[in-house]
Amino acid sequence: MNIFLNLARDIAELWQEYAGLYLTGIWNTLSLAVICTALGCIIGLLCGILNTIPYSKNDNILKRAVLKAIRVLIQIYVEVFRGTPMILQAVVIYYGLPYFTNYAMRFSNIWLCALLVVSINTGAYMAESVRGGIISIDPGQTEGAKAIGMTHWQTMLFVILPQALRNILPQIGNNLIINIKDTSVMSIIGFTEFFAVHKNVTGTTYLYFPSAAIEMAGYLTLTIVASFLLRMLEKKMDGSSSYELAEVDSLTMAAGTYKNPDKTNYFDERSREYKEDK
Amino acid sequence: MANEILQIHHLSKAFGHNIVLRDIDFTVEKGDVISIIGASGSGKSTLLRCINLLETPTSGEILYHGENVVGKKVNAPKYRSHVGMVFQSFNLFNNMTVLENCMVGQVQVLGRNKEDARKEAMYYLQKVGMAPYIHAKPRQISGGQKQRVAIARALAMNPEVLLFDEPTSALDPEMVGEVLSVMQTLAQEGMTMLVVTHEMAFARDVSSRVVYMNQGVICEQGAPQQIFGDPQRQETRDFLSRFRNA
Repeated sequence: MNIFLNLARDIAELWQEYAGLYLTGIWNTLSLAVICTALGCIIGLLCGILNTIPYSKNDNILKRAVLKAIRVLIQIYVEVFRGTPMILQAVVIYYGLPYFTNYAMRFSNIWLCALLVVSINTGAYMAESVRGGIISIDPGQTEGAKAIGMTHWQTMLFVILPQALRNILPQIGNNLIINIKDTSVMSIIGFTEFFAVHKNVTGTTYLYFPSAAIEMAGYLTLTIVASFLLRMLEKKMDGSSSYELAEVDSLTMAAGTYKNPDKTNYFDERSREYKEDK
Repeated sequence: MANEILQIHHLSKAFGHNIVLRDIDFTVEKGDVISIIGASGSGKSTLLRCINLLETPTSGEILYHGENVVGKKVNAPKYRSHVGMVFQSFNLFNNMTVLENCMVGQVQVLGRNKEDARKEAMYYLQKVGMAPYIHAKPRQISGGQKQRVAIARALAMNPEVLLFDEPTSALDPEMVGEVLSVMQTLAQEGMTMLVVTHEMAFARDVSSRVVYMNQGVICEQGAPQQIFGDPQRQETRDFLSRFRNA
């Protein structure tokens, strides 16, 4: 029992001293994760859409070449950023920019670099999720949209993406939670997120375990709240499971007997009797 | 002559080495109700899908008011907005309500304002008897109801021709009637329709012309009385006898 009392005292002590730091860390972690998940989704959506533009043998050679090139580029992007650790990507980008520009350019703002790295990384994962989400939609939906004259972009925007987004929402949630935790590697380039605070605090207090306990509780709270909110969002997107019957005039009968008085029925003039009379 | 909406010349379609349509020739005039019958795999649905450019024909031409729509320079979406299509599997947009399904094409493709689109949609939903269900999502209504909404959606675009690809094949027997009666009403009002169907009663009683397809060619076509009463070809007789015995 004594040990737990000690722990509680240490935690209280840490919190009293460094609450401001911890809270800033939490805020930085959360905002980085949320913004980067959103940006990553946009990157992923773009890649997913570009990846699924259909082309056929009948299209001209330029269009086919461009679309093929886009697909190859996206494939390379996905493989590179999905296939290397984010911690290395951060280092490579943060130190690579000044190195290659002979120190003419460098990241003046650590936020910018962190945003860039995490968004690009999330985008690489999302590109594949979005592609999967688009493919999973019944081809009949596309045909239905085409049949009423929609273009590829209209079909995507109004029919396919809303459904694909709903289907990949659990995946987006996954990414958000992964980002909340994995942004901790951004401390390598000096970004002061939640975990960096732990390193700073323990550097002076040596209270490793109590600080880690605070971190654990903090991260767990963030992720649990995030998954709860995402569940709510999913429910909201599914809409109501019931529907209201609209009030209609019960005297207007179905199938043809109803005539809209202030509109000339465009079938009227072409009725078959009329045609035969002529 | 000006009554011809669609003229199809020497239309062929092959999937790889599998030739599905050979040298199809026929004309659709204003007010025609054409039933396309034939065994499964005879190319009926492919023909319809070629007409709506959902499949690209391998060769031949489709003239819409005298203008060829097969080729690279054609604005396929614009052409499709004049030629409505109703599918076997309904293909209603699952993310929209019944009303939105009937409005989205009008607003996005035809550029109508929301209020006009809503009026037009309500007019046709009323016509197919689905007006009370405008707030329902497709997953909440029955197959027959879905198909009636799909018909309203196609009609709301004010198409010149309406293509039906086996509209009742995916329905329970008791729902077939409600869809056929809507189609019959449309036919009587003079809508130009092309119907791929296995409903022989519909083909016989409602259509103005019947086309019998066999192995990718139009085997025989003519007035329903002639096809059903006095078929000229042996294949047609064999095909129809199967339905008579059933």
